[in-house]
Amino acid sequence: MDFLTAIQVLDSTIRLATPLLLACLAGLYSERAGIFDIGLEGKMLAAAFFSAAVAYMTGSVWLGLAAGIAASLVLSGLHGLASITFQGNQLISGVAINFLAAGMTVLVAQDWFKQGGRTPSLMGNARFEPINLPFADALKDVPFLGPIYSELLSGHSILVYVALLAVPFTWWLLFRTRFGLRLRAVGEAPEAVDTAGISVVGMRFAAVGICGILCGIAGAYLATGLQAGFVKDMTAGRGFIALAALIFAKWRPWYALYACLLFGFLQAIALRYQNIDLAGFVIPVQFMDALPYILTVVILAGFVGKAIPPRAGGEPYVKER
Amino acid sequence: MDRMPTWADAVLVPLISLLLAAILSALVILAIGESPAAAFKLMVDGALMRSAGWGYTLYYATNFMFTGLAVSVAFHARMFNIGGEGQAMLGGLGVALVCLYIPWPHWSMALIGSCLGAATFGALWALIPAYLQAKRGSHIVITTIMFNFIAAAFLNYILVNLLRPAGAMDPATAKFPEATHLPTFFDMFATEGSRLFRSSPANISFFIAVAACVAVWFLIWRTRLGYEIRSFGHSETAAKYAGISPVKITVIAMLISGGLAGLMAVNTTQGEAERLIMNSTEGAGFIGIAVALMGRSHPLGVFIAAILFGFLYQGGAELALWTNIPRELIVVIQALVILFTGALDNMVRAPLERVFFALRKQGDS
Repeated sequence: MDFLTAIQVLDSTIRLATPLLLACLAGLYSERAGIFDIGLEGKMLAAAFFSAAVAYMTGSVWLGLAAGIAASLVLSGLHGLASITFQGNQLISGVAINFLAAGMTVLVAQDWFKQGGRTPSLMGNARFEPINLPFADALKDVPFLGPIYSELLSGHSILVYVALLAVPFTWWLLFRTRFGLRLRAVGEAPEAVDTAGISVVGMRFAAVGICGILCGIAGAYLATGLQAGFVKDMTAGRGFIALAALIFAKWRPWYALYACLLFGFLQAIALRYQNIDLAGFVIPVQFMDALPYILTVVILAGFVGKAIPPRAGGEPYVKER
Repeated sequence: MDRMPTWADAVLVPLISLLLAAILSALVILAIGESPAAAFKLMVDGALMRSAGWGYTLYYATNFMFTGLAVSVAFHARMFNIGGEGQAMLGGLGVALVCLYIPWPHWSMALIGSCLGAATFGALWALIPAYLQAKRGSHIVITTIMFNFIAAAFLNYILVNLLRPAGAMDPATAKFPEATHLPTFFDMFATEGSRLFRSSPANISFFIAVAACVAVWFLIWRTRLGYEIRSFGHSETAAKYAGISPVKITVIAMLISGGLAGLMAVNTTQGEAERLIMNSTEGAGFIGIAVALMGRSHPLGVFIAAILFGFLYQGGAELALWTNIPRELIVVIQALVILFTGALDNMVRAPLERVFFALRKQGDS
């Protein structure tokens, strides 16, 4: 693999890691507050469809992004209603949300566009165009560092940079603010937060809401940045890879970035090469597809550093138990 | 004590949930400009008014009974097995290996062999998540989700690289030999005059599914193991105190669950396709969740819910054929059923409980 190929693979790694990273951070907020969310996939899918549909109809990708976030927030609200207000099973609610999104997107897409459950292709302002960082063209010919700057770091859509900036922001919010301390506390010991006179329900709804916004951006990026339009089931398990990355990162923001880059790299490799020949030993592409999940199971098993979820995760909070 | 009568808990709550799901589905149909009444009539006509329609309904119901029972058994031990899909995929591999590589003289023997193969492979696929849950405390929901994806990649590899006949394009095994083909309802019930169940896929494995319902009922409520599973599900600490090993119960319950999910493949792979194809499960593993929730994890409830979902599946296919409503409507209905019978259970239950208590107070005074 020569230098330019490596740059190309890493470039597509960044693009493929972006939706994973956004969804992973979304899950991080929710699960740190004690609400398990296996509905990341569904929220992304709903956001992908509504952002593509609205961007197509209005011609403005920003309105599309807003619609995607709104759709994702509606599902988040449903998850909050089921798992916080009515103290239902968070996992079952997540499963329901995934199916609701999978069914409704195709149903509405068929009704609106009559193209077999997809939106028409997006063009022009209905897509997020790549933006060039300053001096990208001028520095292109600088050896080694030039291509890294102008090919690898520059020329992505704005949402890629939003996702990357969300990592330090999340770290700051969770570990350096009062809000973050409380959010983590409702995931570890909600009764203590309650005793301090802070609403557990309110904190958890706030976390679920942030999760909805981030999933909305992730879905919008899929349909209007990475690809040009919505197709049926286009998330293709990314919500679950994000979940895997979250466990892999042990619910920490910076590690979430590394995990998503790793899983994005695996996807980029699998996209570019069918079977990888390592000195006569062939690694099949299916193994690359399965690798994020296998790694997660290994981490979960605790053979390589144990992943311990927030203590109150998955438990509805009941006063005066 | 403050509890609703059993019949209300077992029948009324699911019925109200189902009604809510039906009303919302009707609104969805209305919103996309079709008539819910006409759609319902079309579904009933297509799924229940012809014997071939019943043939499809019962074929789908067979799958859902197996996967619904699989989820139920795990529920009794308070575990949520989302891995039915992956376990059923591996079950399909078991069926294919048994049918392709053992020269069976007669279908009845092949059926026994393939059932064993399907159940073994399904159970083995559930063994690793079960072991990790029991010994290492890894959350079974996450591991079984991961194992669904690993199963899909693994099966893809096996089909493309190992089992695909030379020269074939699609990732599937060769046709199973003639001697392993299972008798369909058409073979069993059609006469010269009636032509019942013509060209529909329901086959003898339906009766295996019914037998599995009875067997699970017996296991859960009439055996020592079932008692241990239920007490473990109610309270792990109490079960431990009573000398029940959590590791043993976790592993055994998941093995049974995985085996039941795997058995589904006998119906789809040996009964219908007569070869193993990619995606032969078609999401039935997930529908098992809805079926188990609606059936309140009771085999009789699972049986009824499975028939209902079989009807929805076949009716939904008819809708997609004759109207503008795509097949995904069933996915929406499935989501609503899971939502109302599972996640929003308290929303339905709490007002109902209040009604019952108010009535009881009136009766007391």
